[in-house]
Amino acid sequence: HRILTYYTVNLLKLNFNANPIGVDDVKNEKQKKKISRFYLDSQATTMIDPRVFDKMIPYMTYVYGNSHSRNHFFGWESENAVEEARENIIRLINGKNNKEIIFTSGATESNNLAIIGICTYYNNINKNKNHIITSQIEHKCILQSCRYLQTKGFEVTYLKPNQKGIIELEDIKKNIKPNTILASFIFVNNEIGVIQDIKNIGKMCKENQILFHTDASQAIGKVPIDVQEMNIDLMSISAHKIYGPKGIGALFIKRKKPNIRLNAMMHGGGQERGMRSGTLPTHLIVGLGEAIQLCSREMERDNKKLIFFFNYVKQYLSKNLDYIIFNGCQINRYHGNLNISFLFVEGESLLMSLNDIALSSGSACTSNTLEPSYVLRSIGVSEDIAHTSIRIGFNRFTTFFEVQKLCVDLVNSVKRLRSISPLYEMELEKNNSSSDTLQFVWT
Amino acid sequence: MAASSRAQVLDLYRAMLRESKRFSSYNYRTYAVRRIRDAFRENKNVKDPVEIQTLVNKAKRDLEVIRRQVAEQGTAARRKTGNSSWSLGKPCTHWP
Repeated sequence: HRILTYYTVNLLKLNFNANPIGVDDVKNEKQKKKISRFYLDSQATTMIDPRVFDKMIPYMTYVYGNSHSRNHFFGWESENAVEEARENIIRLINGKNNKEIIFTSGATESNNLAIIGICTYYNNINKNKNHIITSQIEHKCILQSCRYLQTKGFEVTYLKPNQKGIIELEDIKKNIKPNTILASFIFVNNEIGVIQDIKNIGKMCKENQILFHTDASQAIGKVPIDVQEMNIDLMSISAHKIYGPKGIGALFIKRKKPNIRLNAMMHGGGQERGMRSGTLPTHLIVGLGEAIQLCSREMERDNKKLIFFFNYVKQYLSKNLDYIIFNGCQINRYHGNLNISFLFVEGESLLMSLNDIALSSGSACTSNTLEPSYVLRSIGVSEDIAHTSIRIGFNRFTTFFEVQKLCVDLVNSVKRLRSISPLYEMELEKNNSSSDTLQFVWT
Repeated sequence: MAASSRAQVLDLYRAMLRESKRFSSYNYRTYAVRRIRDAFRENKNVKDPVEIQTLVNKAKRDLEVIRRQVAEQGTAARRKTGNSSWSLGKPCTHWP
């Protein structure tokens, strides 16, 4: 045992830099059998980092003051913690002032506040200003907010992305009108992981004097964001996507001249500069601040590991399976998200057969329906292929053992399901003969 | 304050690894072990005594965090299974 340990330690010393993922502690079959469930749906949510939870504990127990109580020590203590969290967020995104951060209950509320709040405010001042530009691949909360505004008489342009999932700058430029108030584009898409050209979109919006909002809930802490360089006026942040607690998010509103104003949706005591009333949940805000601080320190290390896993899974699946499609641009992307279509295998069936691995066949917000992903349909994926897709999400805590098990189980499940798939059988027959085959239509 | 000696740093390293292996969650356990090894190896060539002491103080704080979280997860596991005979050191197959 001592000899084995000595050699292992020396091998680690030799190969450490070559292996960015480090060491797994799963050494034998007995240990492997004990690990029963794997979580690879990080775009839905992530596990809370123990360091974040440790930071939150005092604010759930003996530091219980209301951060708006200005008259006593209990309130000052909570207020200091909230301001420290604000400072952490501003530092990560290169904001200029702590007051640019408004805490909300999550990215959904931030998106609603940004879109509905901003547009209704500026429309009240000038009735002619009633146009919004967004894309077809935004998160549901943005699309639903825009649909709500359409019922109130606003005009919304939903831009179609190209086949890689990128919104073309020419399309945005063509659709900017004199009555445009706001452009909203998601930074990192939650379904296909594609990163939009936010810097150039921001520059175009600034030149045309329209406000630019981005939903950065999947991007913050994972890709570098500089709100000054990217000309971002409004940005939505979510804590539970970056190893923080659920139920807290933030909206960044840039301080510039003229000031960006919006109509509040929560009215009350005037907290958060009157933009979002309600007692601040100090413990959740502390969790968000700590999660952001950890992300700023660990971003490079985490991304190195995720790129390794991304490339490993792609190479393994490409080598062992045919008829697979990797959706979305494979270069401008966040590597913790991998969306794959396995032709001739229904995505839901594949998920059921991988019953000890948590994956998704679409965004969590739409996972209670059996409709194919609207994001995949927007990038030109046909309905039958969209039904065959699954989404894999790696995170900071994912291990190489989990990735290996995923690959092996995926290949076995796909092969088994294809062996009983009449569509696959017909495809093989079509390849062997020259006769036409029946076309199946998904209902 | 005298800078920490090599032996003290190694003791701290071993203590952190030992505590990390008591996490009941597989993902937390492997991440903590990996992260501790990365952090100590990244800083193994630091020579400045002040910087060494700063890193050691941070590591001691992180060790306390690990101890608290291991204890908390053990308590949560006992609450979940209703079995008061679970010892803190055993990995829990019921906890994800």
